[in-house]
Amino acid sequence: MRTRGLLVLSALAVLSAGCSSIEPWVKPYDRENLADPIMAFTRAPISQDFLDHVFDSREGSRGATGGGGGGCGCN
Amino acid sequence: MSKAHTRLAAFVITCLVGSAGLSGPARAGVLPEDRADVLYFRYDGGGVTINGPSVLVRKSIGEHVSVSANHYIDMVSSASIDVETSASPYKDERTQTSVSVDFLHGKSTYTAGWVNSDESDYKSKTLYGNVSHDMFGDLTTIGFGYKVSNNDVFRNVKIDDVKVNDPTFAETMKTKSFNVSLTQIITKNLILAGQYEVITDEGFLRSPYRSVRFFTDPLNQATEPEKYPNTRSSNAVSVRAKYFLPYRAAIDGMYRFYNDTWGVVGHTGELGYVHPWRSKWIFEGRVRYYTQTKADFYSDIFPRANFANFEARDKELGTYSAITTGVAATYEFKIDRFPWLAKGQLNLRYDYMTVSYDDFRDARFSFGSFGTPPPEPFAPGTEPLYELKANIIQFFVSAFF
Repeated sequence: MRTRGLLVLSALAVLSAGCSSIEPWVKPYDRENLADPIMAFTRAPISQDFLDHVFDSREGSRGATGGGGGGCGCN
Repeated sequence: MSKAHTRLAAFVITCLVGSAGLSGPARAGVLPEDRADVLYFRYDGGGVTINGPSVLVRKSIGEHVSVSANHYIDMVSSASIDVETSASPYKDERTQTSVSVDFLHGKSTYTAGWVNSDESDYKSKTLYGNVSHDMFGDLTTIGFGYKVSNNDVFRNVKIDDVKVNDPTFAETMKTKSFNVSLTQIITKNLILAGQYEVITDEGFLRSPYRSVRFFTDPLNQATEPEKYPNTRSSNAVSVRAKYFLPYRAAIDGMYRFYNDTWGVVGHTGELGYVHPWRSKWIFEGRVRYYTQTKADFYSDIFPRANFANFEARDKELGTYSAITTGVAATYEFKIDRFPWLAKGQLNLRYDYMTVSYDDFRDARFSFGSFGTPPPEPFAPGTEPLYELKANIIQFFVSAFF
């Protein structure tokens, strides 16, 4: 019950914040560093997909890494 | 519902409700850049060698559509510890083809994709869709994704020395997943991303080949097929961050928490560093740590035959930890004769993985290898713990248009 109350309160807080206009605190002209290719979470999708497949096969955990594949390849 | 589940649900629902109320006026987003990559990879560890090529092409069509296609081949040569203690070495090939389409509409990007994977004893078809939306002056991106995968599981046997599917064995397995993600620009040098994904499996979930072992008496053992539940549901939540350093380099970190209905709890942590050198080189170093607890029905050796309703001896369902360290180098170039080529890259990456199992013993010391008993057999359950070491090499060429 207490958790549900907290959930409603936090949802209301976020919604009420949305009613006022929010100024982006990092302006577009301040995003040069973030736009640098070295800041991409995945610099080479083809390489990351392969590594994700290796980790999926060797680790019991799965998901929340952005991978998309199918198949087993795990024997 | 446990307290952990309630807290997680609260976080997700708060994000969803907040995103609905805070959407701003539409502005153009950005499609992924046009590129083509050709990769050669090789995984060598634990008696298994996998190598092959992968080709990925992504191309924009107009200002609102981007399509991509990937073709990937695994050539597997396996004499893994499971194979060594119970079967003969084998070779196999897995082919995976995928296509996807991104459609950009205002600040939203809609993605639909199809993956087809084909190997002699496992066929998989996956359909997925994602929606992402930029808001707060493009400081925040929220995403939702759904994926469904239908799998056909077969078992290979040798008939007249020819490998064929066992005509008496054909099973199916279905997987569904739903994920939500949030990417947030924190400062002009720091970006954060969080993701939550729930995955459910239903159907035939064990290996058709693997066995469990059990004591027939204190000094002897025998095997029987694994027995798994027909369903599995998992939750994974991850947070990652990347920070731009003042001298043009970047550090990043990732943490993922995982649990599932089989009792596995996993923690994954990763740290990375990217360092450009002069104008043409980019170097990268990375370390990943993984640890997990075992599934409720896992045991290295069971006390007797048919000891429990569910029994597993898949080492990836045991208790273990792994460390992977990797280094990568990228060399960027341009070719004056090809003005359509904006940039080319040569990439080399090497990773070294060690996996230390806490409750999976090296049964080759008691069973022997490929039917040949060991010269001085260990008593079952007293063999040394197993450790896996793997070398992973990737070489790939990238072209940007």
